[in-house]
Amino acid sequence: MIKSKTAVPAKKRRVSLSKRGQKILMGVLTVFAAAAALIFLLPTILTMANSFMSASEINANYGAIFAKTEEGGKTFISEKINLKFIPDMVSFSQYYTVLFKSPDYLFKFWNSVILVVPIVIFQLAVASLAAYAFARLKGRLKEIIFFVYVVVMLMPYQVTLVPNYLVSDWLGILNTRWAIILPGIFTPFAVFLLSKIMRRIPFSLIEAAKLDGAGELQIFLHICMPLCKSSLFSVAILVFIDYWNMVEQPLILLSDTSLYPLSVFLSQINTGEIGLAFAVATIYMIPTLLMFLYGEDYLVEGIAYSGGIKG
Amino acid sequence: MKLKNKQPVKADTNVRSTEKIKKKSRKGSFRQTLKSDGAFPYLCLLPSLIGVLIFFIIPFCVIIYYSMVDNPINREFVFLQNYINIVKNTAFRRAALNTLTFSLSSVPLAVVLSLLLAMLLDCKIPFVSQFRTSFLCPMMVPVASVVLIWQVIFHYNGALNDFLANFGVDKIDWLKSTKGQVVIVALFLWKNLGYNMILFLSALNNIPKDTIEVATLEGASAFYKFFRIKLRYLSPTILFVTVLSLINSFKVFREVYLLTGDYPYDSLYMLQHFMNNTFRNIDYQKLSSAAILMAIVMIAIIGALFIAENKFGEDVEG
Repeated sequence: MIKSKTAVPAKKRRVSLSKRGQKILMGVLTVFAAAAALIFLLPTILTMANSFMSASEINANYGAIFAKTEEGGKTFISEKINLKFIPDMVSFSQYYTVLFKSPDYLFKFWNSVILVVPIVIFQLAVASLAAYAFARLKGRLKEIIFFVYVVVMLMPYQVTLVPNYLVSDWLGILNTRWAIILPGIFTPFAVFLLSKIMRRIPFSLIEAAKLDGAGELQIFLHICMPLCKSSLFSVAILVFIDYWNMVEQPLILLSDTSLYPLSVFLSQINTGEIGLAFAVATIYMIPTLLMFLYGEDYLVEGIAYSGGIKG
Repeated sequence: MKLKNKQPVKADTNVRSTEKIKKKSRKGSFRQTLKSDGAFPYLCLLPSLIGVLIFFIIPFCVIIYYSMVDNPINREFVFLQNYINIVKNTAFRRAALNTLTFSLSSVPLAVVLSLLLAMLLDCKIPFVSQFRTSFLCPMMVPVASVVLIWQVIFHYNGALNDFLANFGVDKIDWLKSTKGQVVIVALFLWKNLGYNMILFLSALNNIPKDTIEVATLEGASAFYKFFRIKLRYLSPTILFVTVLSLINSFKVFREVYLLTGDYPYDSLYMLQHFMNNTFRNIDYQKLSSAAILMAIVMIAIIGALFIAENKFGEDVEG
C-alpha cells in the first residue's frame, strides 16, 4: 500500500548531496550528538567527581547553597559556587566515613536491597508462569484478563497506592516491608513484557515437543525458559531500576523512617553532611550502573519489546 | 467457563495433578479441550491472577464503594457528593492543573526530541554505540543520586544562574518561582528521552529496507522519504511513546519531591503531593474519589490508545 505511493514525479527529483557536503553534514551531526551526550552524562559524572572531594572542599565549593538552611550560617563559606570536575585533592575520606563511621547510610542501603531483590526475583517467577499462560491460552476470557493487566500496569501510583494501602491495612502489614514487597511482586509489568516475548516462540517447536511426549510442565521448563533467558534478564533490569528508584511507596506505606530505602533517605540528608551525600549517592548508583555496563544490550532489547501495548 | 475447570486441581501438587487430569481427559468430551490445551497454563496464571485480584482489583472495587458513602463507619450512600467535593477542593484543583500543565508541555517535547535523537543515531555517524550509551545513562541513574547536583545547578546562587550572568541575564530562583516547571520539564526529558529513543530506533529498524531503496532509486528527497514514508511507519510508535510519556509524566513527583520536599512552590504542587498530604490524615473519601477520578482519565487514555493502535496497525500492515 505504501510502496505504490513512493513513486515520485520526475520534477521532484533532486541531485543527491555531493560527497564533500555529506561529510560536512556528518561532522556537524556528530558534534551535535557529542554535545547532547555531554549534557546527558554531566550530572552523573559531576556527582561521582564530587564524591572524591574532602568535606572542606565541598563546603568551599557549594557552601553558598547548602549552608542556607543552617541557622547563623558560617563565615568561611564562599558567596559563589564552584562547579568542579576534578577535585583539588582526591580524597577518600567521604567514603571512609560512610563505610566505617556512620552505619546509618549502610542500613538504608541494605533497606533498599531487601526491598528490591525479593520484588525482582518473585515478580519474575510469578510473571514467567503467567506469561506462559497468556502465550498458550486462547479465547475471549484471556483477552479480557490481559487487558485488565495492561490497565493495572499503566495506572499511576496516585491510583494504585490507594488500593495497596487499603489491602495492607486489612492484612495488618502496614508499616512493614511486606506492604511494599507484596504489591511489587504482583505488579503486572513483567507479565506484560514476558508474554509479548513468549508469544514469539514458534508454535512448531511446542508441537514437536508434544509429539515427543513432553508434558506442559516440561515444555515450560525445557523449551520456554531456556529460549527466554536473555529476555528474563532484560526484564529483570527494567524492574530493578524501577524499584531501586522508588519514592512514592515508602512515603505512604511506611511511617517508620528507619525502614526507608536510600532512595528516599538521600534527600533527607542534613545540610552538615553534604560531602557525605555525594559519596552515598555514588554508592547508590553503583548497582544500576554495573547492570547497565554489563547488560546494555539486554536493556535495549527489553525496551524495544515494551513498545506497543497489544500483546 | 474454562477457568472453572481448573478449580478441583490443587496448586501444590502441580505436576501430578496435571498428569491426573490428562489421564482422565481421555474420557470426557469437555476434557478433550483440556487435553489439547492442558490445565497447566491455567495453573500458571493462578498465582499472578490471585495476587492482582487481592492487591489491585478487589480493593479498587472497595474504593469505588468508599467513594460513594459519607464515611467508612456510617456508610450512608451519598453517590456523587464526594466527587463534587473533590472537584471543588482548591488543593486538588491546583495539583490537577499543575500536573496537566506539566504533561502538556513535557509530552510533546519528549516525543519530538527523542525522535530527533533516534534519527541522529540512525544516520551512520561515528561512535553511535557510545552515543546510545550516554543517552541511556540517565535512565539507569537513580533520581536520588543526582538530586544534589540538580540543586547545585538550579539554586538561586547556583551554576545555571552563574552561567546565565555571563549573558547579562538576571538571577532567577528556579525552584521557588513560576519557572519551577521549566526545571522539572528539563529533568523529565533528561531521564526519559533515552527510553523513548530506543523505542524509535527499533521502529526505524523495522521499516522495510526495500521501500526506502525504491524511493531512493526513484529520486525521492530526504524530506519526502521522511515525511511520506518513515513517519507513516513510525506512527504506531509515535502514538505509543506519546502515551508512555504521558503516563511517565504522572511519575514526575519523584523529582519534585526529592528536590523540594513535601510543600514545594505553588507551581510544583503535583497530584501525588495532594495524595500524600491526604494520606496523612487518612481521609478515605477524599482519597478514593480522587483516585477514581484519575483512574477514569487513565482508562480513557488507554482505551483511546488501544483503538488507535488497532487502526494505525492496519494502516501500515495493509
